[in-house]
Amino acid sequence: MSLESMLIVAAILFAIGLYGALARSNVIAVLMSIEIMFNAVNLTVVAFARYVAPLALREEIGSVLTGQVFAIFVITVAAAEIALGLGIVFAMYRNTESVTLTEASQLRH
Amino acid sequence: MVAESLAWAIFLMPLLSFLLISLVIRPFLNRIPQLSGYLLIAALVVALVLSVLVLVRSNEGADLAFPAHTWLDLGDAAIQIGLLLDPVTCIMVVVVTGVSLLVQIYSLGYMKDDPGISRYFAYMSLFTASMLGLVLSANIVQLYAFWELVGLSSYLLIGFWHDRPSAAAAAKKAFIITRIGDVGFLLAIIYLFYHGPQFAAQGLNPLHIPDIWQAAQPLATGGAVLGGTALTLVCLGIFAGAAGKSGQFPLHSWLPDAMEGPTPVSALIHAATMVAAGVFLVARFFPLFQEARDAMMVVALVGGFTAFAAATLGLVMDDIKRVMAYSTISQLGYMMAALGLGAFGPALFHLFTHAFFKALLFLGAGSVNHAAGTFNMRYMGGLRRQMPWTYALLLVGGLSLVGIVPLAGFWSKDEIITAAWLGEGPVDPRVALAVFVLLVAAALLTAFYTFRMIFLTFHGDFRGGGARELQDAEAEGIPAPTAVTDEVHLAESPRVMVAPMLVLAIAAALAGYLANPQWVKELLGIPGHWFSYYVESALTYGHAETAPFNWPVAVISTVVALAGIGLAWLVYAQRRPSADTGEVLETARSPETDETQGSADETAHGHEHAALAPLRSEPLAKAGPVHTLLYRKYFIDELYEGLVVKHVFYRYFAGLTDWLDRNLVDGIVDLSAWLTRQIGRLVAQLQTGQVQFYGAVIVMGAVLILVGYLAFGAGIGE
Repeated sequence: MSLESMLIVAAILFAIGLYGALARSNVIAVLMSIEIMFNAVNLTVVAFARYVAPLALREEIGSVLTGQVFAIFVITVAAAEIALGLGIVFAMYRNTESVTLTEASQLRH
Repeated sequence: MVAESLAWAIFLMPLLSFLLISLVIRPFLNRIPQLSGYLLIAALVVALVLSVLVLVRSNEGADLAFPAHTWLDLGDAAIQIGLLLDPVTCIMVVVVTGVSLLVQIYSLGYMKDDPGISRYFAYMSLFTASMLGLVLSANIVQLYAFWELVGLSSYLLIGFWHDRPSAAAAAKKAFIITRIGDVGFLLAIIYLFYHGPQFAAQGLNPLHIPDIWQAAQPLATGGAVLGGTALTLVCLGIFAGAAGKSGQFPLHSWLPDAMEGPTPVSALIHAATMVAAGVFLVARFFPLFQEARDAMMVVALVGGFTAFAAATLGLVMDDIKRVMAYSTISQLGYMMAALGLGAFGPALFHLFTHAFFKALLFLGAGSVNHAAGTFNMRYMGGLRRQMPWTYALLLVGGLSLVGIVPLAGFWSKDEIITAAWLGEGPVDPRVALAVFVLLVAAALLTAFYTFRMIFLTFHGDFRGGGARELQDAEAEGIPAPTAVTDEVHLAESPRVMVAPMLVLAIAAALAGYLANPQWVKELLGIPGHWFSYYVESALTYGHAETAPFNWPVAVISTVVALAGIGLAWLVYAQRRPSADTGEVLETARSPETDETQGSADETAHGHEHAALAPLRSEPLAKAGPVHTLLYRKYFIDELYEGLVVKHVFYRYFAGLTDWLDRNLVDGIVDLSAWLTRQIGRLVAQLQTGQVQFYGAVIVMGAVLILVGYLAFGAGIGE
């Protein structure tokens, strides 16, 4: 497995997530798409940590886990974000009885 | 040696008084209204003492040249604050402080019951300070600043009773018309400033007055720094400013209206000092005028014409102050004509004597007004019995104005007429002859209108005063004239008003001996012809000499003056109610004056006087259209206001600016608003409120940046 294949997979994942986030009108689906984009990013971070972390650093301390720690952080933040996002979705549903994103434009004017 | 600070103190005393009155007395001590008057009088006493000291030292030949203090250095030109204490200035400071002092004392009586007395004295202080600053200035910009300040204080004082619409209108008129002349003066200053490099090449400062004199003088290499047409234009610009201030034709029409102000103001500002500032200005730049013959001719002709035309208008006015206003314009015309004829000394001497006798005449008019409640001479008459002092003093002032031997006016006016007769000045002899004819004719008219005024006011029988005038106005259904009250109390004015008049009368009678004829070697320590010698020593360049006493001219002017008085006596003093006037006058009953001179009695009988008849028909009205022409002041007000202001100004000028404003200025504003609105409308389309649309735009932006970086960004960041 090479760095390139990792990055290609991550790019495909990111593009799928982006398409979903911009094109789906269901808020839940948009949130799920965003989650896919997070994971694409996580994948690149871990891949870079595995393949291009500085050699000198690796020799000095044995193993470098910077990228992995980063990924853990992203997952945590994503979980918090989903909790908040779903809260907003619930509030929106209670007010408008709909979870369609195109209808959520009350702040326009 | 006079210290510079002492000379500055002359100017600073009234200024200090102005600040104290306006910042301390008026806000906090207004319950003691006379206090501001006393303060100003005290300041002026100090200033007068200092002025006399400066005059004496200057006459002894002391060096009074002080280096100027630079305020603003502009490269080739420098605006400096300095003193120019030449003989002309020394005379002027004494006249200004002296007359101002007497007028303020008189004001204590005249303005006693006015609620705005503190404001009055504050304005008077400001005026006196500005006037002193004007005559002391060594820099033309400094002079111009004070020039406008006297204009401002004149405006404030004319409009002192600003609740009267006529006073407010007169104040505006005075301000605007003098401003028209000032444009010329300002243009002359700007011209000098723009030619700074030429001045600087000769080591001169184009704004320093003695340097300007020097610039007009021919250079050894031929030509002058300031010469030819440029010099003529600069002189005419200065003369335009002077003509506005001094009420020379055609900018005279503000001065009669300025009589709406309090009478002491008219005496000080519109007779003795400020209006003479125009003459002073031309005298100040006399070395320039001497090199510009065309400008001299203009000055002489305008002065001569003004002297004559204003005197004709003085013949028919009913208002005693307006008669005097036209007389002032006429006498200023004499001074201008004298300057134009190169008679430097006589012009300033006439300014000097005129300040005394005209201030006296105005104060007398105020005194008469106090008694009669009006300024309209048709409702006066017979006042000599109740007001003997005022009568005697006005008679002295009037005779001095007419120019009767041996009063001051005779000597000064005679010198001017002699200069015109000899025609030895820089102007063409034919011009001098024309001016001579105008001035002699004006002397005849002066005698006539002066004694018409005295006969109408003091002789005959009393005709009811302000009370009667108000009744008549009511009966005829016209609005009551302003400044007329029904408080008629025929009595002599209080001493505080008579005493300053007495001092002025003494000056008006005796000041002539400061320029007594050459055969008087010395009188009371003053050498013969002192004034002329002294004043002419102010001319560092060129030369002006006062002609010796001339018997034929003196005889002519005296005969003419007596003829004028005689005519006035025939027409006015001999009046009896008669059928040929077309209207039968009520047989006037002589008021019970012979027995009762007490003021209390007179006040009590005030309403009985009101029953007497006013002078309904004016003998001069038989002249028909000529009288109408004069009575309407040659229709000049109609010309200015009707034709120039309403027609040309409102219709064409205002119409043009109105069109430009509506179409050009408003068009640009509207266009920018329209553009903004259209752009906004366009941009507003992008704000959909759809989060996903915004997200798509962000992504596309990021992709664009990325593509741009990959395509063109080679090398960035390395």
